[in-house]
Amino acid sequence: MNTFPRRFFYGDIPGDNTGGDSTPTSTAAATDWPLWEIFIRSKQGLDHKHVGSLHAADARMAIENARDVYTRRLEGVSIWVVESRYIHASSPDEADSLYEPAADKIYRHPTFYQLPDEVNHM
Amino acid sequence: MPVQDMEKIFQDTVDREVKIEPLNWMPDAYRKTLVRQISQHAHSEIVGMLPEGAWITRAPSLKRKAILLAKVQDEAGHGLYLYSAAETLGTSREQMIDDLHTGKAKYSSIFNYPTVTWADIGAIGWLVDGAAILNQVMLCRTSYGPYARAMVRICKEESFHQRQGFDILLTLSNGTEEQRAMCQDAINRWWWPSLMMFGPRDTESTNSDQSMKWKIKRKTNDELRQQFVDMCVEQVKVLGMTLPDPDLKWNEESGHYDFGEIDWNEFWAVVKGNGPCNKERLEARRQAWEEGTWVREAAAAHAAKQQSKKQASAA
Ligand SMILES: [Fe+2]
Ligand SMILES: [Fe+2]
Repeated sequence: MNTFPRRFFYGDIPGDNTGGDSTPTSTAAATDWPLWEIFIRSKQGLDHKHVGSLHAADARMAIENARDVYTRRLEGVSIWVVESRYIHASSPDEADSLYEPAADKIYRHPTFYQLPDEVNHM
Repeated sequence: MPVQDMEKIFQDTVDREVKIEPLNWMPDAYRKTLVRQISQHAHSEIVGMLPEGAWITRAPSLKRKAILLAKVQDEAGHGLYLYSAAETLGTSREQMIDDLHTGKAKYSSIFNYPTVTWADIGAIGWLVDGAAILNQVMLCRTSYGPYARAMVRICKEESFHQRQGFDILLTLSNGTEEQRAMCQDAINRWWWPSLMMFGPRDTESTNSDQSMKWKIKRKTNDELRQQFVDMCVEQVKVLGMTLPDPDLKWNEESGHYDFGEIDWNEFWAVVKGNGPCNKERLEARRQAWEEGTWVREAAAAHAAKQQSKKQASAA
């Protein structure tokens, strides 16, 4: 483990092979099955939530393996899988410009408004 | 930005208890330490399936067999969560597996001891999973996000492991004279190797300080080991068994149990590859990998075929 390739295959990391549909080119990808991100709906009525990732040859295998790995204790009723390289991520370098503008808009929150007691449950 | 400034921002983030995520800048040494530690941890989960797997076909009842099967399957899952966490740091799965098979990467030495009786399965659950849990509970708060999340998932599954192990020993301890002897014998053999799981003494441990500063670890080896001893001394009483250490003694002043010296020669011998089962374990892993080659190739070929079929029908 002496080298840390600049190419990443995890959806959370920007790299040449993420956020697009390019075919993986590095040697690792040539033999490793593609990486998939797994989303589980814990019960009807709730959103699918990211729970982790796994390698699989195709979508079907990804779903079958996700079932074995992530739903052994009734954690889910539905599974989504998406190949990691199709996930586009915002860059942490842009965090300030993306999220800072929301910081001074406290009037977007209900607690900003002081109302008389009679109607304060509003 | 100069590296020193980046390092300062990084350390400030860690100090404020904000998790480091894969996209964030991190010192190379932090990344390397994590890759080594997480992959080593993943290998331990995978190799750890071998000593217990040996008893799946010999479990004394269908119930015990189903439980052990479920436990071993959990460990495979733990390996997967951890490999995935390590991959977020930019190393590949294949590289890690390769490092295990060439002997470059280590795994927990505890799995280089043999499981000679059914009672060993109980002792492993109680002591080995018990020791692992203390470490893993601490790691739920580790500074690297993906590692912490993997640990939370793992901890949720671990307590069943420890309890089923204790349950096996409890049943044996209420059994015949022979079963009771088997129980005590397993405890005697697994006790010291379990203490060794926490690693060298703090005074000998080289990476410890930096790992504490980066909040990868939050307790030292000796602190965790002491916690484990204090816990087990009480639990073994419920079994009506003893721990094989004549120096175990309550220390009023420290509020902890004093215990005897670990055989560090044995510890280093097993780490360096000379334990009772080192060769056997690695050989089993390599063999499983090689014999699975055709499965991996067939699955990849099938996936490629399906893909081209889909493309052909879309055209
Ligand atoms: Fe585990
Ligand atoms: Fe376990």
